Amino acid sequence: MRVLVGEDMAGGYGGADILHGCTIRVEAGEIVVIVGPNGAGKSTAMRAIFGMIDLNRGRVMLDDENITGLSMRERVRRGMAFVPQTANVFAGMTVRENLEMGAFLRRDDTSATLAEVLELFPVLKDKLRQPAGELSGGQRQQVAVARALMTEPDVLMLDEPTAGVSPIVMDDLFDRIIGIRASGVAVLMVEQNAAQALAVADRGYVLVTGENRHTAGGRELLADENVRRSFLGG
Amino acid sequence: MMSTRGMLCLSAMALLLAITGLGQSWVVALSILNLCLISAVMALGLNMQWGYAGLFNVGVMGFAALGGIAATLVSVAPVDAAWDVAGADLAWTGITVAGVVLAVILVRRLMNPGRWRVAATAAVLLAGWGALNRYFDPAVEAIESVDPARTGYLGGLDLPIVLGWPAGGLVAAAAAWLIARVALGLRADYLAIATLGIAEMVIAVIKNEDWLTRGVRSVTGLDRPVPYEVGLQRSPRFQELAAFLGTDIQTASTIAVKLCYAGLFTAVLAGLLVLAEKALHSPWGRMMRAIRDNETSAAAMGKDIKARHLEIFVLGAAVIGVAGAMLTTLEGQFTPGSYQPLRFTFLIWVMVIIGGSGNNWGAVLGGFLVWFVWIEAEPAGLWLATNLVAVTGEGSILADYILDGAPYMRVLVMGLILLLVLRFAPGGVLPAQPRGPSRARRSGSPFKVGRSW
Amino acid sequence: MDDILNAGVLFANFVLVPGISYGSQLALCALGLTIIFGILRFANFAHGDVMAFGTMVTIFATWLLQDLDFTIGPLPTALIAMPAGIAAAIGICLLTDRCVYRFHRRKRSPAIMFVIASFGVMLVMNGLVRMVIGTKDRSFGDGARFILKVREFKDATGLQEGLAIKVSQGLTVAVTCFAGALLFWFLQHARTGKAMRAWSDNEDLALLSGVSPERVVMVAWLISATLATVAGTLYGLDKSFRPYTYFNLLLPTFAAAIVGGIGHPLGAVVGGYVVAFSEIALTYAYRKFLIYLAPEGWQPEGLVQVLATEYKFAVSFIILIVVLLIRPTGIFRGKVI
Repeated sequence: MRVLVGEDMAGGYGGADILHGCTIRVEAGEIVVIVGPNGAGKSTAMRAIFGMIDLNRGRVMLDDENITGLSMRERVRRGMAFVPQTANVFAGMTVRENLEMGAFLRRDDTSATLAEVLELFPVLKDKLRQPAGELSGGQRQQVAVARALMTEPDVLMLDEPTAGVSPIVMDDLFDRIIGIRASGVAVLMVEQNAAQALAVADRGYVLVTGENRHTAGGRELLADENVRRSFLGG
Repeated sequence: MMSTRGMLCLSAMALLLAITGLGQSWVVALSILNLCLISAVMALGLNMQWGYAGLFNVGVMGFAALGGIAATLVSVAPVDAAWDVAGADLAWTGITVAGVVLAVILVRRLMNPGRWRVAATAAVLLAGWGALNRYFDPAVEAIESVDPARTGYLGGLDLPIVLGWPAGGLVAAAAAWLIARVALGLRADYLAIATLGIAEMVIAVIKNEDWLTRGVRSVTGLDRPVPYEVGLQRSPRFQELAAFLGTDIQTASTIAVKLCYAGLFTAVLAGLLVLAEKALHSPWGRMMRAIRDNETSAAAMGKDIKARHLEIFVLGAAVIGVAGAMLTTLEGQFTPGSYQPLRFTFLIWVMVIIGGSGNNWGAVLGGFLVWFVWIEAEPAGLWLATNLVAVTGEGSILADYILDGAPYMRVLVMGLILLLVLRFAPGGVLPAQPRGPSRARRSGSPFKVGRSW
Repeated sequence: MDDILNAGVLFANFVLVPGISYGSQLALCALGLTIIFGILRFANFAHGDVMAFGTMVTIFATWLLQDLDFTIGPLPTALIAMPAGIAAAIGICLLTDRCVYRFHRRKRSPAIMFVIASFGVMLVMNGLVRMVIGTKDRSFGDGARFILKVREFKDATGLQEGLAIKVSQGLTVAVTCFAGALLFWFLQHARTGKAMRAWSDNEDLALLSGVSPERVVMVAWLISATLATVAGTLYGLDKSFRPYTYFNLLLPTFAAAIVGGIGHPLGAVVGGYVVAFSEIALTYAYRKFLIYLAPEGWQPEGLVQVLATEYKFAVSFIILIVVLLIRPTGIFRGKVI
């Protein structure tokens, strides 16, 4: 993958539209962060890119291919991976099985990927036989991200990965995310903790009421007086 | 109030019955009408539980049977001989039961929770069971040996059977209250399974406790709330009337009796319908619908959901009980063997779903329509089968199969109708007022809504 | 000493052996039910009638084979006729899924709509089975009747009490072990089996992992219909085939699935045995058993029966209520909500 774009997307969950024509663009090797106030449609925008909601307008392009109408399964095949905010592990299955499920669509040998992923999340090495539901919140979050990485995706989409974890775990997770970018995977994430996320982001989108308000590099947005005042609490 | 559409549908239903009257016979049409009325009452009761409150009761059969047995026991004469031989033992049985209940309550009050309390409770129950056998078994034996060919049970209260109708409602309501204490609050399909079990249990008890219900030998020859045909035929004024109408006295008397029943049943149905409509459109009814459509927000507004559910479950069961009592009255006997879930539970469900859940008029229409189809599908099936046999040639194995199977075609037809309605008209023939979008959406997290798989 | 042995044999003959056999049948039924619950998330009221349907086709195939004189010695012919029944049951399940459930699935109807739809499917299948094979008792067992006869046992051991084991009972246990082992292997190790467990665990995440919902649903029906037919055939060989009995098996089946923890395969198996043994142990008259054991002069007078045999179904119901009250998730913590 070189570039993934959701262009001029409009849609919602069947009722009134939540997105009113917003555009999100991710290029290979980037960390892109979507921030904005509550109800701005941040998660919705990301779900729309992954095909979880139907669009009334706009399209999703992966390189030169229009993937707007494709099922999630096909998107996974094309190198997209998604980590939901909650219920993002198979609680009743072991960590190993969780990771295997991540690689469900792959028919080739996945042991190399498994080793790589475990290198990235070494804590999980000792927990492979434990049911994921018994792990701590932070470890569960790691399992969730690791599961998504098992497909060897080109772009990893994270829905508020640090929601509900302690500050130490949060720092650790951000380190991992930078590590993921280093391995050549693009990362698109929605983040409540905007300041910290923008600090590592190559590009940031500020969404307000389902529309793009500001778009710039992560550090530029952080430096922008307007953005700081309105969305980052000064 | 009834919509134009409802009016139209009910008129069409009346027309269907009239056609049956003209085409087959008025006796048949009136028999169907009477059972239609009873079915409508049952459907009304189930509609209260399912349509108003979303409670999933698959134990309609049990409540109907309880109503029926209550009516039976209200109307039959007491068997004095049985009371004479077993009265003392029964009294002791009663005292033992009361004593055990009291002891259990005491144990649970006085002792601290823990292993010892469980043990003590068990010990009390075991002792009680032993004592119960000491009095109860001989009593049962004595009662059942009193003229087993005719009685062999305790008999009843010897009151007019119409009094058995409210009694049936009360008994069913009491049972529903007990069940609701246990089963309400479970997820919907668990409630369904639990009520299915309760119905089977009620029937098992009625079938096997001969001393109380005469069991499978069944109680026959119940008193009627309406005149007997023979009596009418003897009455000179009725003879005049028949002569005036130009029908033979036999048919005239049968029709007259059926009309009397129809009058009684219509009165009950109309009364219940008026009450149900009033209730549905009262603040109470609105609250019920609010709870059904979104339990969480109703709870957040301070509504006591469990208490409301208990209320409606008991009310609905009472209505079903009344219908059961009416049915027993119409048949003049109580035969536990005839209570089968297909006829008494699932058919009523088909009525409510087809009529339109949540709409009283819909339930009534569903009761009429489905019962009509249920009865008329049998001759229709036979007719179809006979014609098929004419094609395949008589006497062949295939022909035998077709003829043997014809009566069961109506079950299949009912299932098909239910599936078709669910798919193409989920609101039924007379849908209730449109519901908010909340009901459809509630089932899934927002994550799931939207593109389906 | 002999008294104790006699009592033991008596107990084995009237409680243990029938309990194991009935328990195995219930376990298979409950497994089929629980798989559907785990994947499609509704209580399938048509399960009893799927059993009846599959068994019916098996019976026809058996009769055909018997006519052709194609039998397998001491084993019942139904064993080789079963694939036909299984195929038919799978066919009808997939057909109903296609025509009925898929619509509600796409519409994302609430679970309760599925249950009501399963009422409809139940009625259709019920009518169909009765139309085709009638309501009468059908026996279709052939081959040898007993593995161990009462007389042989008595002669061999010299005890007063005898022990009989029917071929159908032995077969039931063998087939149940085989089918159970196969199923558990499939769920633990096969790719699709894992996908099914994942789906049952977390539907949304399974979707995100690329699991194909239609395929998972299809395999669930496949397994459920197969188990239903196997259970139905074994039950029919052990007792006899009557559509009404199969409909009535629904309650103990539900009880077994819920007792074990609905949606949990191992729970369904354990639940099946719990319900079966409770049913048989509570309705067995222990008089003779106690006569052997009790000291002189202490022999019981009555039947010493906890519940009359007629209340067999009440037992499953009581177990059901007790479990729902004390531990609604069942022994193995299955799915609730």
